[in-house]
Amino acid sequence: MPMPAAEIAALIRAALPDAEVVIEDLAGDGDHYLARVTSPAFAGRSRVQQHKMVYDALGGRMGGELHALQLTTSVPN
Amino acid sequence: MSDPNARISKIVNDSDVVLFMKGTPLFPQCGFSSRAVAILDHCGVAYDSVDVLQDMEIRQGIKAFSEWPTIPQLYVKGEFVGGSDIMMEMYEAGELQQLLAEKQVAKAQ
Repeated sequence: MPMPAAEIAALIRAALPDAEVVIEDLAGDGDHYLARVTSPAFAGRSRVQQHKMVYDALGGRMGGELHALQLTTSVPN
Repeated sequence: MSDPNARISKIVNDSDVVLFMKGTPLFPQCGFSSRAVAILDHCGVAYDSVDVLQDMEIRQGIKAFSEWPTIPQLYVKGEFVGGSDIMMEMYEAGELQQLLAEKQVAKAQ
């Protein structure tokens, strides 16, 4: 089931309030997204841990309702 | 009843490099799996793959095993490395090649 980009961004921001979140709808179908998440909360964490923080923010939707989300995480410069 | 965790443990410990994916390296069934295969091929290492579409127990079990919600998943010497986004970031930074070299993984034939 498609999920609006704004809802994805809102879930991420709710869990990581200082995050900068950019979402792109890759296919224009509301089902294939790219997310770039930048947050100081990622500092000192491995890539796997950073991605897990975002997946946790999405509360179990990843891999289910949200099947295609390309994710890039980074710490602000 | 078999224990999916024990089966998965055995798979990731029996191969130096193993990719859990949808489909096979020759016929990937999903864009993310296809990207993961392409990255490993570019690294030129030998790897095994497990098609989760052929095994429901592993398809569900692998997500709990690594606490990672999506497939593909890459393991090197028994350790979870990441999904296709992390593989791509690491590949672009040269870190994946470095990890494979450090772990002394065999080259593809």
